[in-house]
Amino acid sequence: MAEKTFAGKTVEVTAEGYLVNKSDWSKEVAAEMAKEDGIELTDKHYEVLDYLREQEASGASLTIRKVGKSGIVDIKGLYELFPGGPLKLSSKYAGISKPASCV
Amino acid sequence: MTEVKETPLKKVMIIVAKANIEDVYAGLIMANGAVMEGIEAKLFFTFFGLDAITKKQMNKLHTATVGNPGMRMPNGWAFPTLLGAIPGVEAGVSAMMKKQMDELDVPPVDEFLDMITAGGGEIYACKMAADMFKLTKDDLCEHVKAIITVGDLYAMSGGDGTQIIFT
Repeated sequence: MAEKTFAGKTVEVTAEGYLVNKSDWSKEVAAEMAKEDGIELTDKHYEVLDYLREQEASGASLTIRKVGKSGIVDIKGLYELFPGGPLKLSSKYAGISKPASCV
Repeated sequence: MTEVKETPLKKVMIIVAKANIEDVYAGLIMANGAVMEGIEAKLFFTFFGLDAITKKQMNKLHTATVGNPGMRMPNGWAFPTLLGAIPGVEAGVSAMMKKQMDELDVPPVDEFLDMITAGGGEIYACKMAADMFKLTKDDLCEHVKAIITVGDLYAMSGGDGTQIIFT
């Protein structure tokens, strides 16, 4: 476990940068996490993050197919929002666990 | 002790040469998984694998119920080859497999190709096999970028961190 400071708050993260305590999440934390990867979060990004947080809270397993069918963004758009990691990066910024699905 | 230095994977070239559901999906899942990790992926379909990108066949793939020692009855018993030979059994088993995959959010072949190309993956058909099966670009789905030779495939396989995978 490592510690990082986002938005003036020290939080525990995994080796891959995922939040250990989901309660540490805030929009500001998400924005700073994304900034580290060179991504500026927009309203569209936050819509995706909210969707992922809701889905995880309901116990659903997450896939890019599901996000693509959510009506928020299609799969191509999801790749554009989170280049190089449509589900991995979005899950990280959403403060949820690293995706465990192969699709 | 020698120090092990890992070079990250940057590109995968995935070759699919068979039309069984499991052979095609192995290639599709690996390609999709690659683009989701930010790894460049190119899929090359050859021989019977061409079924997976042929408009008429792509969503009608079957798994083999004859000569497939991995086949089991739902209760775990071995699946008798003679039972697998009865008309309709292979279609039924294949439909069941697709249903189970759908429950895991694994899409049908055409939608899977949509997902892979949306992520920047590229789909190619083998020229020799297309000629052999008398298929032209019009017979193939719109995801296919080009019909290419094996030489073209190797020419695309350059660069550090590139792997060629034959499923």
